[in-house]
Amino acid sequence: MSRIFVLADLQNAYVSMERVFRPKLEGVPTVVLSSNDGCAIARSEEAKSLGVLMGQPYFQLRDLERQAGLVALSSNFALYSDMSQRFVSLLSDFAPDTEQFSIDEVFQEWTELPLPDRTAYAQRIRQQVRQWLGLPIRLSIAQTKTIAKLGQVVLKKRLHPAAVDGVFDFIPLPVSELEAVMAQIPVGDVWGIGRQLAPKLQGLGIQTALDLRLADAGQLQRTFSVVMARTVRELQGEVCIELEDAPPPKQQIMCSRSFGQPLYELTELSGAVTHYAGRVAEKLRRQRAIAGQVMVFIRTSPFRRKEPQYSNSIVVPLPANCSDTLAITHASLTGLKQLYRSGFAYAKAGVMLMDICTAGAGQGDLFAPDPVETARREKLMQTMDLINRQLGRGTIRVASEARPKGWEMRQTRRTPAYTTRWNELLIVKAS
Amino acid sequence: MSHCIVSKTLWPVSEPAAASIVLFSARVPAGFPSPAEDHAEARLDLNEHLIDHPTATFFVRVSGESMLGAGIHDGDLLIVDRSLTPSDGDIVIAVIDGEHLVKRLSVSRSGVALLSENPAYHPIRLSSDQQLHIWGVVRHCVTSFRRGVR
Repeated sequence: MSRIFVLADLQNAYVSMERVFRPKLEGVPTVVLSSNDGCAIARSEEAKSLGVLMGQPYFQLRDLERQAGLVALSSNFALYSDMSQRFVSLLSDFAPDTEQFSIDEVFQEWTELPLPDRTAYAQRIRQQVRQWLGLPIRLSIAQTKTIAKLGQVVLKKRLHPAAVDGVFDFIPLPVSELEAVMAQIPVGDVWGIGRQLAPKLQGLGIQTALDLRLADAGQLQRTFSVVMARTVRELQGEVCIELEDAPPPKQQIMCSRSFGQPLYELTELSGAVTHYAGRVAEKLRRQRAIAGQVMVFIRTSPFRRKEPQYSNSIVVPLPANCSDTLAITHASLTGLKQLYRSGFAYAKAGVMLMDICTAGAGQGDLFAPDPVETARREKLMQTMDLINRQLGRGTIRVASEARPKGWEMRQTRRTPAYTTRWNELLIVKAS
Repeated sequence: MSHCIVSKTLWPVSEPAAASIVLFSARVPAGFPSPAEDHAEARLDLNEHLIDHPTATFFVRVSGESMLGAGIHDGDLLIVDRSLTPSDGDIVIAVIDGEHLVKRLSVSRSGVALLSENPAYHPIRLSSDQQLHIWGVVRHCVTSFRRGVR
C-alpha cells in the first residue's frame, strides 16, 4: 500500500486574493509588484497572455497599462499572509498532517485517512476553499512529495487527459502512463532541480523528469549530492522526504529594502538602519532565539552606472548573544558609521543577524552583562513587542528612527489591508 | 484577597497558552479551599460568541442607508460568514457588476431577488440566465454609539 501525499496550491495566489475584495479585477490583466513597485511578482492568466514575464520590471509594463488595460498593484503582504493562514487552517481541518510549504502551497499526508474516493475528497476541499475564501486551488495526489509537486505542471499544461478540474491523482496510473507524463516534463521543473543543476543534468543526457527517474541514484549521489539521490528515489516512488512538523529556525535573519529615493546623509541612513535593526530583532525574539553578530551593508544603485558606485558591508559582533533591540541597533549604527562615505547616492541598505541559536542554548559568557539588567531589558523588549503587536508595528521604536523618512518604500498602488486593519475594511454599499 | 494573573501569548507557539497564577495576599491555611475556586469560569469572549467559523469570517463596513429597515446604519460593522449557505430571508453581501452590496435575499417560486430595506430603493431581480454571486451571509451587525480609539 503506497503512502499518499497531497500538494494543494493557490492559483495565482496574490492576484486571486486581491480579486476577492476587488471583483472588478476579474478578467482584467493584473500584476502584483514587488516591494518598492520594482517588478512583477504575480500575474493573472490575462497578464500572462499579454506576455508579461515573471520578474519583469515595472517600467517595461507601462505601455501595457496604457494600451491593454493592465492593472499593476503594489504588494499587500498583510492581506496575503492573512489569507494564506486561513488557507492553511481550512486545509488542516481536512487532514491532521498538514505542512505549510510556502505562502501559497500546502503539503498533506492522507495515508491514514479512510478515503474510498480521493478525487471526490479533493473536490470537496476545492469547493470549500472557493466558497469560504473565494480562492481557486489545485490539488495533486501522489506516492511521494516530489511526484506530487510535478502535479502542478501536469495540471497547468494538461499533460494527461485526467488532469482537469484542478485535481490530479498519480497513484492509480499504470507505470506506462506515469512515465509518459514524466517524459513531457523538463528536468528543470522537478522539485529540487534549479537553474544551476538543470544544465549539468542535461549535459549528462538527462533532459526530462522521466530520464531522472530512470537514472542511477547511487551514481548521481556520487556526482552531485545525497539530495539529488533522494530526488531520484522520490521520482521512483520511494518516500525519502517526510512532512515537516515545523520549519527549522532561520539561520540568518535579514531585513533590507531599496529606498524610495536615493539617500545621501548619514542621519537618513541611520534612520533606515535603525528601522531594519528593530525588525530583525523582533523576528529573532519571535523565534525565541539570540544572535551573536550583526552584518550591515549599504550600496549605491547598480542601475545608475554613470554615477559613482560604492558598496560595502561590515560584521559587528554583539557584546553578548542577545535579542535586545537596543543592543542590535547600537551595533548596526556603529557598523554603519564605519561604512559611510559622503558623496554617494545610496539606494539600498540592510541588516542581517548571524550566529543564531536558541535562547538558553548559548554558552555562558564571562563578560555577560549583569543578570538583573538583562532581565529588565528582556521585560522592556516584551513590553515593546506587546504594544507594537496591539497598536500597530512601529508604535514604539528607537529614537534614531525618527523622521524624515525619505527611505520608506514606494507603494503607491497598494490595496487596503482588508483583513488586518480596522480602518481599511472592505466597504459594502447599502445604497 | 486573591488576584488572578494571566500572561498573554504574543505569537502562536506549540506549548499551551497561558499560565494563570492565583495569588493570595494573606496566607491561606491548608485544607480550606476558596468556595469560588470550583466555580471559576473563563471570562466571556465576544469572538467565540459571535463567530462560528473564524477562517471564513470577514468584517466589512457599511456605506449608505438602504438597509435601515433591517437595523443596519451607515458606518456599521458587519460580521460576514462565507461558510453559510445563503437562504431566503438572509441578509447577504452580493457582488453585482463588480461591487459589493448588502441586501436581503429573496428566494421564491417567482425567482431570486435582492431587496433593500428602505422604500426608496427598488429590488434587484435576477433574470434566469444571470448568475447570483453571494460573497457571504451577514450574521451580525455592530452599531456603535460612542466610537472608541479605533
